Amino acid sequence: MPETPLSTLQGWGRHSARGRERLGEDLERMSSEVHLSRGLGRSYGDASLPPDDQPDVLNTRFADRLLGFDEGTGLLRAESGLALSELNRLFMPRGYFTPVSPGTKFVTLGGMVAADVHGKNQHRDGDFGDHVTSLKMRVADGRVLVCSPDQHPDLFRATIGGMGLTGHILEVELGLHRIPSQWIWQESRRIHDIDEFQDALEEAAPSWPYTMGWIDCLARGATMGRGVLMTGRWADAQEAPPRPPKRRVRPSLRFDWPAWVLNGFTIRLFNELYYRKQWRRRSSGIVHHESFYYPLDAIGSWNRMYGRRGFTQYQCVLPREAGRGSARRVLEVLTKRGGASFLCVIKDFGREGRGVLSFPRPGITLALDIAIRDDTQALVDALNEQVLQEGGRIYLAKDSFTRREHFEEMERPRLDEFTAIRDRWDPDRRFRSAQSVRLLGD
Amino acid sequence: MRVAILGATKGMGRALARAAAERNDAICILGRNDVDLERSAADLSVRGARGSVGSVACDLEKPELFGPAIDEARDALGGLDAVVVTAAIFAGQEELEANPELAERLLRVDFTNTVLFCEAAKKALLKDGGGTLCVFSSVAGERGRKPVILYGAAKAGLTHYLEGLDHKHRIDGLRVVTVKPGFVKTSMTAGLEPPPFAGEPDAVARRVLRAIDRGVPVVYTPAPWRWIMAVIRSLPRAIMRRLNF
Repeated sequence: MPETPLSTLQGWGRHSARGRERLGEDLERMSSEVHLSRGLGRSYGDASLPPDDQPDVLNTRFADRLLGFDEGTGLLRAESGLALSELNRLFMPRGYFTPVSPGTKFVTLGGMVAADVHGKNQHRDGDFGDHVTSLKMRVADGRVLVCSPDQHPDLFRATIGGMGLTGHILEVELGLHRIPSQWIWQESRRIHDIDEFQDALEEAAPSWPYTMGWIDCLARGATMGRGVLMTGRWADAQEAPPRPPKRRVRPSLRFDWPAWVLNGFTIRLFNELYYRKQWRRRSSGIVHHESFYYPLDAIGSWNRMYGRRGFTQYQCVLPREAGRGSARRVLEVLTKRGGASFLCVIKDFGREGRGVLSFPRPGITLALDIAIRDDTQALVDALNEQVLQEGGRIYLAKDSFTRREHFEEMERPRLDEFTAIRDRWDPDRRFRSAQSVRLLGD
Repeated sequence: MRVAILGATKGMGRALARAAAERNDAICILGRNDVDLERSAADLSVRGARGSVGSVACDLEKPELFGPAIDEARDALGGLDAVVVTAAIFAGQEELEANPELAERLLRVDFTNTVLFCEAAKKALLKDGGGTLCVFSSVAGERGRKPVILYGAAKAGLTHYLEGLDHKHRIDGLRVVTVKPGFVKTSMTAGLEPPPFAGEPDAVARRVLRAIDRGVPVVYTPAPWRWIMAVIRSLPRAIMRRLNF
């Protein structure tokens, strides 16, 4: 076959690199020639983008076969390109759901492992990687092998949350959870400021399996961090409506919005309206799981809203020891610089992930969507400096601006362990990404 | 439906087999690679195929296997309601001109051997009193076009054969469904820039399955290709000669 020319590959935030995707069903064969995998390209930054000197990247999305499912235990084995949307479609009618779901269903199993994704149940069920029982991989020396908590445990732990830098994930085995229906009993409640938010999340944690909050990032002073706390649990069979909701047409953004559309005023308007929508102190009801878990999936290519320059999501976790007020201090960095985040999410974490570089740890996490402007680098630097003071860290699946010095300071000594494991499995650093070049100096 | 599929491990064949599995059809898959067949059989099983999904070794380059492979599939399924062929070789005109061996192989596999496979399938189906033979040809066989001269010629021949077969055997209960896919986003077309009206394999699968159920003789998929090809078929040669698609 003639070599296909390079094209532009993008992360979800529209961060881009020149590269060439290899697409095909036979991952095992194709993985021997390339040294980075990507799936549906939903990581926001440069994690799934190839470095300049190694433009080829394997796209796993055609490798999506189910290889085995045990109806009794819920144990599923599948090729790593299987999309969560497909898994939900096939298994929800049978009463099973992924143990951990991120905020979009357009991700692959391999991507969920590599980013060790978390969801609204992090405080109770941990991360995706906590439910993975084994992985089949192709590692840098060309071998195909299985790793698990018992077999090559170092490789297993470094791969969970390892952003694809330990090898190609070919197959994933994980345990699905039983669910009583496809519906969620949701309660939402108005919150008046950021400190109340931290308390409210902590209070809700023992009684609700799913919690998260939306924050109005533009409110300052006394009302800083006001927002809506959303809690949920699966509705049981009696509560749930008898039929799934009608399939709605999924609108899609067909073109990039001009950059001026999202300005201080429109962002303020959106946030104000969203806050006012929750005009009752509390409200509750049954909602379909899709609108609870994946509200943004309802609009295709919503990232185009941010225009051609795209956006970055800044997500950090602030450890419990940093105490009440830590989230306020980080938000203050944003508002002081006049930074406007269109969407801001807050959530408590209950435990540390099992991966060497897993993002979550007990504490509070903030995720801010920030349209890219000339001062974005300075804003991320300032946020990172505050996060460092709080003893926190950032989420690699979202990042494209963090400086290497900041990252190293956040991640010692975990980074030393990760490097040691990479030295064992990939001493020549064959597996690299644009992100690893930026953050690890590969 | 009890269906045997040649080409079910990849692309549109994979999507079609899955759609059949999800409505609880009994499936036997035919293909070259044991490991690949086994994995696809597992996939179809988990998705809901009736009974155990059979797999049988068959290769469009080995005509001597056609008869025995179809018989084996028929035994595994306890009878045959439909045989589907999605397997084929694809290569662009430039590549084929540079590589005469590949050109010979493509013409043999996509025309001669596919026809021989259909002959074997026809025999097996007629033995059971008929059924459906569904074969993936291509819109490339509609008109001689610069980028697909050889591939298009093989597919044109195949389309003609299938039409003749349908005319002759409808009366015997054998329905022949000729599928003419336009551009569909599969691994075969990966790396090519998708034109307008490019389709997804899942949508193709649903449409083809419906056509098999109803015995529709010719299916364009995605649907707009029917009209696109109607226009292309009616273009005068003088214009065709100037076009580069």
